[in-house]
Amino acid sequence: MNAIPGAARAYICCAVLGALACVLPVSALPGPLDPDGPWPAVLLLGTLYALCEAPARCRFLGRSVRGSVPVTAGSFFPVLLAAAFLLPPAAAALVAVPGALCGRVAQRPAGVRRVWRAAQLAIATWAAARAHRLLDGPAALGGTAHPGHAAPGIPDFPYALLPAGAGALVFCLVLSALDGGVFVTAERQPVRTAWRGLLGRSLAPYGAHALAGLMMAVLWRSPYGPLSALFVLLPMYISCWVFAQYHRERAAHQATIRALVQAVDLKDRYTRGHSERVGRASAMIARELGMDGERLEVLRFAGILHDVGKLGVPTRVLRKDGPLTPQERRVIELHPEYGHEIVRGIGFLGEARLAILHHHERLDGSGYPYGLAGAEIPEFARVVAVADAFDAMTSTRSYRRARPVATAVAELRRCAGTQFDPRMVRALVRALDRYGWQTAVTSDETGSGPEPPPHPPLEATAAGALLGAPRKAPGAPAAPRRGAPRENVPPPLGPDTLRRTPPPGGRP
Amino acid sequence: MNPPKTCSPRPAPTVAAVHGAALVLAVLGLGWTLWHGVTEPRTALAFGVLVTVGELVRRSATLPVEREPAPLGAAGALAYALLGQSAGRPAEHGVLQTVAVVVAAVLVGAVPQLARGRGPARDHLARRVLTVGFAAVCFQPFVAPGAWGTWVGEGPWYALLLLLLLMLTALCDAVLAALLLRARTRHPYGPLLRDELRALMGIGSAVCATGAVMALGVAVAGLWALPVFCVPLLLTQLSFRRYAAVRTTYGQTIASLARATEIAGYTRHGHAHRVAELSRAVGRELGLSGAELTVLEHAALMHDIGQLSLVDPVPDGATALLPVAEQRRIALLGGAVVRQTGVPPAVAVVVERQADPYREQPLPARIVRTVNAYDDLTGARTSGPSGASGPLSALERLRLGTGHDYQPEVVESLARVLLRGGLTPGRAG
Repeated sequence: MNAIPGAARAYICCAVLGALACVLPVSALPGPLDPDGPWPAVLLLGTLYALCEAPARCRFLGRSVRGSVPVTAGSFFPVLLAAAFLLPPAAAALVAVPGALCGRVAQRPAGVRRVWRAAQLAIATWAAARAHRLLDGPAALGGTAHPGHAAPGIPDFPYALLPAGAGALVFCLVLSALDGGVFVTAERQPVRTAWRGLLGRSLAPYGAHALAGLMMAVLWRSPYGPLSALFVLLPMYISCWVFAQYHRERAAHQATIRALVQAVDLKDRYTRGHSERVGRASAMIARELGMDGERLEVLRFAGILHDVGKLGVPTRVLRKDGPLTPQERRVIELHPEYGHEIVRGIGFLGEARLAILHHHERLDGSGYPYGLAGAEIPEFARVVAVADAFDAMTSTRSYRRARPVATAVAELRRCAGTQFDPRMVRALVRALDRYGWQTAVTSDETGSGPEPPPHPPLEATAAGALLGAPRKAPGAPAAPRRGAPRENVPPPLGPDTLRRTPPPGGRP
Repeated sequence: MNPPKTCSPRPAPTVAAVHGAALVLAVLGLGWTLWHGVTEPRTALAFGVLVTVGELVRRSATLPVEREPAPLGAAGALAYALLGQSAGRPAEHGVLQTVAVVVAAVLVGAVPQLARGRGPARDHLARRVLTVGFAAVCFQPFVAPGAWGTWVGEGPWYALLLLLLLMLTALCDAVLAALLLRARTRHPYGPLLRDELRALMGIGSAVCATGAVMALGVAVAGLWALPVFCVPLLLTQLSFRRYAAVRTTYGQTIASLARATEIAGYTRHGHAHRVAELSRAVGRELGLSGAELTVLEHAALMHDIGQLSLVDPVPDGATALLPVAEQRRIALLGGAVVRQTGVPPAVAVVVERQADPYREQPLPARIVRTVNAYDDLTGARTSGPSGASGPLSALERLRLGTGHDYQPEVVESLARVLLRGGLTPGRAG
């Protein structure tokens, strides 16, 4: 979002004006010098909120773990909610401003985003404080904010939850409504979908924030004072920090999965980018079949890792140009089993492990390694088989050109029922109609040029330059490798169909 | 990955002493409470239920990142030990009733575990009883009438006092935990204690803060505060669990990447795993801890990954028997792959430098080099001038190489680790 659309500008201006309207009544409150006024609390809470948000920028606590991800902005709503419960609405709105202005922004333009965030939080806090007052919340908090008053009152407990809950609900509603507005004006999402999921996702966390805010408010008012209210924030802070660590670790994990795939690329340079694309196609089919969440992710990993067993196949065989001997073919056909052996210990892959083992099975039972037929083949394996074949046909290999998507789909349809599960083929076709398909995802996919260069990007890397591989002279076209059973590509390569296979590159 | 453990049939005297002390305290508390009856039964019941729930939601298997398996239980127990008032009225349960309530609650919480046929976690129970007793004893002088309580007052100083007491208690718990671990695994005490103290920064401080908040909250608002105040801690526990889960998965994936070289026929079966396990044990012996051990373990698991880019496998994958230039080339190749895996760059450095002379290496690389050579030497099938067979002759050859290749201290601690666990030669083939 480099250029901000006019509608978004107007929208943000309105929000800022609204926020100013919320904050302005603060001038009617008792002056800053009055110790009974709200100012000391505003100052303390405002500083606290700013301090909480600032670490997101300066990587506090990032010392122990290198490259640790800072805590995300917006994790400290308990402070704002506590302000809403403790202070008059205008003063509470003011608390949100400095923290929001100095918080971390992930994307550019940072300035506009900070201003927007400050306005949004000020309005939401103001509304929460209003709702809390409406239900007579401040009295339910008990205690007394100032020394010199009578004996501290006891918080009216089951009742205090009601105004606090209402305040948090209003806070959450206002934030979601304002967010949806930004999606509509700035990112031009359709009005109907902009708000979808915004509220449902956030209700549970806001519940927890409300309780923490209530605790802070109660302790703030108690004789133990603001200091004890700080204790409440520590578990919240640690939980956010751990959550950030969790994301860092997850990213590292995904990098490791990619490294597994790249290790295959080191050995088998004909299929670069293939794994990622099969993962993408598998996920498309899965979505079309109505899977979501965890299962879809697992299926994507199944697609990405389906050929990982090629690590177990001798590099000489994988890189061989020219026809394979029957023995070499048998060695290559072991790769699903090797793959299963490699990923056996990765618990979260679950069903994907079976997909890796069975992705070369065929519906009529003529596949390998076990010759399973029909419904014996695991569902995930049937999905990966279709995705694998589709990508193998639509991408350029050194021994033949890519076929157009339409031709590949026709081939898949022809082999549905014998080689592929028709349900998966139909799902893929529907997904292609809906989203289309881009082949070129890696740099060395040169489209359907007549003479693909033999893998310069790999040789440019450190690992590639050091490879002790025998290699062809650059530019020498690789010999066509007819009938190598390295792919799931139809037509099925029975001994008799082999001769009917059209010459490589000879398709329209 | 567990270091090789020496499971003696008889518990070490330290363990017996700790368990004995906990048992005496627990019996004393229960007996006294049964004899005198429970004061303020509602408060006792509420805290007891909280601790039980905390124990029930604990994980069965504790992961290394999760030092405290039941944070909610711990926070509840500490809050009960430090409870001075309840909704404005002074609380009068003494040290012994605190201990009795906590013991009963933890035992009730352990029932599902017992039903599943697993014994109760005795160390956990002993630590809980002793730390709660410690906290309650420290706190007593401040609530006893006419004592230091008037000096501290009921203002902000009181909150600070609670925090201080909780920190002391956490220290006491860390010392106890490290003692028990030391007695069980015979790792050096220093690094174990350092690990425990580092863990305090994480969930430990959340537990302490929640304990203080609960004690103060109940003092202000009565028992209603308990359910409200345990939510943030549950949230923290949930985050820790997800973190632990993703760490486990990550570890499994790295182990799989390491196994790829075995399946490709480049290294012997189980080589990476054996080297990782032995390296970890040697690293502990040499005083490494926490993150350093993780780096060492990951580097050891992936040290042979460079061989994947060889077109023809090295015989038996025994890189230690190759010419030096070839070893370095494979190490550099491996480093290039490891850099793509998202592990800390320190791991890649260790993998890259594993074939250098030891004086130019960082410590983890020295360990990996020595242990890898040991495993290659014990597993090599070729006999004769270049191959050794038994662990003793392998160690002998490592000792001969201490002038240039292997650090003498590392070789000696490897020898100690092997002696302790019995000499286990790598299985060939």
